[in-house]
Amino acid sequence: MSYSPALPLEGPSPVEGRERRDQRNDRWFRLGVMSCALFVLLALLGAALSMLWGAREAFGTFGWHFIWSSDWDPVQRKFGALVPIYGTLVTAAIAMIMAVPVSFGIAIFLTEIAPSWLRGSVSAAVELLAGIPSIIYGMWGLFVFVPFMASYVSPWLDEHVGPLPIIGKLFQGPPIGLGMLSAGIVLGIMVIPFIASVMREVFLTVPVQLKESAYAVGNTTWEVVWDVVLPYTRSAVVGGIFLGLGRALGETMAVTFVLGNAHLLSASLLEPGNSIAATIANEFTEADSSIYLSSLIALGFLLFVVTFIVLAIARLMLNRLARREGAST
Amino acid sequence: MTSLVRFRLKRPVAVLACVAASLLAVTAHAEDITGAGSTFVYPILSKWSNSYHTKTGNQVNYQSIGSGGGIAQIKAATVTFGASDMPMKPADLKAAGLGQFPIVIGGVVPVVNLAGIKPGQLIFSGPVLAEIYLGKITKWNDPGIAALNTGVALPDSKIAVVHRSDGSGTTFNWVNYLSKQSPQWKTQVGEGTSVNWPTGVGGKGNEGVAAYVNQIRGSIGYVELAYAIQNKMSYAGMRNKAGAVVQPTPASFQAAATSADWTSEPDFYQVITDAPGKDSWPIAATTFVIMYREPKDAAHAKAAFEFFKWALEGGQSDAQSLDYIPLPSALTQQIEAYWGKTFASK
Repeated sequence: MSYSPALPLEGPSPVEGRERRDQRNDRWFRLGVMSCALFVLLALLGAALSMLWGAREAFGTFGWHFIWSSDWDPVQRKFGALVPIYGTLVTAAIAMIMAVPVSFGIAIFLTEIAPSWLRGSVSAAVELLAGIPSIIYGMWGLFVFVPFMASYVSPWLDEHVGPLPIIGKLFQGPPIGLGMLSAGIVLGIMVIPFIASVMREVFLTVPVQLKESAYAVGNTTWEVVWDVVLPYTRSAVVGGIFLGLGRALGETMAVTFVLGNAHLLSASLLEPGNSIAATIANEFTEADSSIYLSSLIALGFLLFVVTFIVLAIARLMLNRLARREGAST
Repeated sequence: MTSLVRFRLKRPVAVLACVAASLLAVTAHAEDITGAGSTFVYPILSKWSNSYHTKTGNQVNYQSIGSGGGIAQIKAATVTFGASDMPMKPADLKAAGLGQFPIVIGGVVPVVNLAGIKPGQLIFSGPVLAEIYLGKITKWNDPGIAALNTGVALPDSKIAVVHRSDGSGTTFNWVNYLSKQSPQWKTQVGEGTSVNWPTGVGGKGNEGVAAYVNQIRGSIGYVELAYAIQNKMSYAGMRNKAGAVVQPTPASFQAAATSADWTSEPDFYQVITDAPGKDSWPIAATTFVIMYREPKDAAHAKAAFEFFKWALEGGQSDAQSLDYIPLPSALTQQIEAYWGKTFASK
């Protein structure tokens, strides 16, 4: 653009003028990109503060008790966040337990094993999965997956895994199909494309020489992936996993459909529960007292805090990994 | 290039101008009536507004955001009328400068998903429903249910309770009835548009409850009659206050509406659940319209009254076709008298 042939001849000299202009443009550019970054920070801070402001009545009334209390009684106006926080964490954990290995498998298959004609179509399918609106997952979950769980999976788990010591507690319950296990699995399917496509992208960045040398000295595909590809891409892979986790924690619509929306604290994964996002979506429009509304906003703030803590832990883990890497080499 | 762009631009601009002009022309004649609230009344209000628009050119924009939302919106004066399935207390109305009147009556029905049970075959009573929703009756062949249903083969399976997950006027009428029937429900749970459910799973909206009940074998839920009929669900009959068994039909809803004494409290403050009379459906529900006594925008309020007058007098056959109940004619007269006394813009 600035390559105009008719350079004006006024000013000290054409070259100096050009330099000054470049400096000025550079300054503008810096300001521009910095304000982009600041915008995110401001939006984040604004969201957090406005939620905290909206939540002041709930926090003021219930104090710390709000976080530990399992009450949720709109009639008595007693509210506590324990059930939704528990449901959010449990469903997200189930989702990750399911999604991480599957995504890992997809990424390994696509980068190491699949013939090249298959790679394109499977990658496209994975990315298409990411484009499906969450309400569709919710409807599918309710009309297809829940009946399947209710007639086959839940009764089987209740009968065969339920009587086992310790672990059995997790799998006792009525065969209604709705519940934390179903919600976790649907969430898992929803976050697979996010994790899988990040993993695939970063696996592709591993230099071919490294992999070929490993193969040349007789490593199996699994050894190459585990000892060469994964160490090389570890931080990006963990980043991808936490991208998926962030989405699982905040997902609303699909969870609302299959979680059962009951404010009950139960150890069993087959029992219905509630999540923070689902509670807000369900009850916001009809919150008829100011303390009710404030409690819902407080829930939103807690979701913010939970997500922040989870991501901070992820950062910490990454740093520690990086330090150990540095020490070993 | 530029001429082409200009040429292309010109026509949409001209079209936009035409559209804008015609819109302005329409709004110049018609009064836009805005309302918000109850989802229960949404199907009939949208049908009415459609007929009314073709008849008079006046538009009614109704947002079904829920009863609590309707009350909040009218209090904030962002709409001309609010609609709620839960009446406001006369004292609260007075404090906010509002008035309310019934506009349509419907009914809430228990629905079950049990193999081999036909619609209307199962009978419940208020105390039994309360025990089921308290989690005290957990099996279908419980003696309490069996005593009401002699001759019906009830399975030895668990009852899966389904309730609304969102706040709702339907829930209000349901738990109001349970509170009247069970002292334990009244003290332990109470009544409101959303409550602390002792047991069960929550579905979002009438359609959510209908979907859950259809999905889960051995479940029980509660929906408006229209949803039960549209989804071909097994609704149940009820034993009413007079001890008679009634089915959820327009006739039994009508009987409940007629038997209620609408003049006993000011501002029609009346929840007609557990209505007396041997033909009355015990869980009938009323939707109330809430408006300002002295509205700032008198022209819109006047247009709204014209609309409601038309709806009460001419629109009640539309209501019947959607499984709502026309208001008893005595009540219609009381409402119109109330308008004259209460609202400045009428």
